[in-house]
Amino acid sequence: MSGVRTSAGAHEVAAAVVDPEMPMLTLEDLGVLRDVEVGPDGRVTVTITPTYSGCPAMATMRDDLVHRLADHGYDEVSVRVSLHPAWSTDWITPRGRRALVEHGISAPGPAPRHDGPIALQLTPTRRVVDCPRCGSSETELTSEFGSTACKALYRCTACLESFDRVKEI
Amino acid sequence: MTDHHNAYDGLLGGDASQWAFGTDFEDPLAGVDTTLPEGADAAALAAYCLMLGDDALIYSHRLSEWASNAPDLEEDIALANVALDLLGQARLLLARAAAADPDAVPALPPGSPVPPEDALAFFRDEHAFRNVRLVEAENGDFAVTVVRLLVFSTYRLALVQRLATSRDPVLSAIAAKAVKELTYHRDYAGRWFLTLARGTEESRRRLVRGLDLVWPLHDELFVAHDVERLVAEQGVGVDPASVADEVDVLLEQVFSVSGLERPRLPRTGSVAGGTGRHGRHSEGMGRLLAEMQVVARAHPTGRW
Repeated sequence: MSGVRTSAGAHEVAAAVVDPEMPMLTLEDLGVLRDVEVGPDGRVTVTITPTYSGCPAMATMRDDLVHRLADHGYDEVSVRVSLHPAWSTDWITPRGRRALVEHGISAPGPAPRHDGPIALQLTPTRRVVDCPRCGSSETELTSEFGSTACKALYRCTACLESFDRVKEI
Repeated sequence: MTDHHNAYDGLLGGDASQWAFGTDFEDPLAGVDTTLPEGADAAALAAYCLMLGDDALIYSHRLSEWASNAPDLEEDIALANVALDLLGQARLLLARAAAADPDAVPALPPGSPVPPEDALAFFRDEHAFRNVRLVEAENGDFAVTVVRLLVFSTYRLALVQRLATSRDPVLSAIAAKAVKELTYHRDYAGRWFLTLARGTEESRRRLVRGLDLVWPLHDELFVAHDVERLVAEQGVGVDPASVADEVDVLLEQVFSVSGLERPRLPRTGSVAGGTGRHGRHSEGMGRLLAEMQVVARAHPTGRW
């Protein structure tokens, strides 16, 4: 398949690639996709920012980007990493946040700002978290570490369901 | 469509898109500008990255031993997640070391697909590891693990916060990311420390015993090696002595809320004048490395 090889065209393809662990989110929704450029030689350079240092999904994201772009006729693709600035959940788009909630995952609040020494939190941080299933705000934290590095585990005391929350970083 | 004669044919070559994970190694610093900042010494920067990377790698391996062994499922997952964050930091730091000084990477047979950061992790011998001895000690029970994680994550968070302004943009970016991760690790350990201190007589007894076991290796964290002093002078690294006061205040906060006194115990002595940063390690290290490295060393040209 071939089409017009433009940066906008390649961007459209790359932006539609979904996160391997949260497939309701595209890489663009997640804020991982930083840049897509097509050089004069037709070579595509995609720039992504890792979510967590050890996130095993990063390798899959790179592979998926290369394969989806190849499907659309972009044969020469390199995926670069941009480490600075570090990824923040603030980069998740409004559409991505809606998609999370629609799929039963609570969307993150604003990421904490770190200026100066970081205070130790010896009690769980109180966050107003609405249950993505029943909407109740009667929820409690079960664990700051959930099914993946990026999620915390909560429980709704109204409908008694457990749910994941993308934790703010 | 490929006609597979047996289930294993598909493992060799062919279309990699059938795999959830790529069959090729990827450079974790792909596209990142690894040029040395002006005035930075390549060998010193690499040696420094090995110190920080080895702390993360060895501790990550220790913590991962809790997988399927923790007191309950939540702690199992939490400790595995902490280990994963540290492994990610280790990978980036070892890759940074290799990019700064390719001579630091052990030589492998020609054609070996093992990337430099893996060569550093799996093909160095014990004396070439530069981690502090605190991280290599055996886990002990959950209380010992909580004490060690509290001490280590408090130290490392203070360190990487300062490192985020390193003149080396790569190290600065790795550190800025690590700040976010370590904040969660330290809070997790601090809360468990308090829970165990205020729990039962038995949990408190175990916590006190944990403190006694971990504390003698605490001082070593803040004793600067020549390399650490040099990179600090060059503006690319942090002198660990400079975070000692901050760490002390934070730990004191946890001790006082828990109603515990800090142990008054002599620090673990050096071995032939050296400590972990000089490649002198304690008994548990050899067994840890044996388990961590055995498969990679058996297949130095293997693809994973």
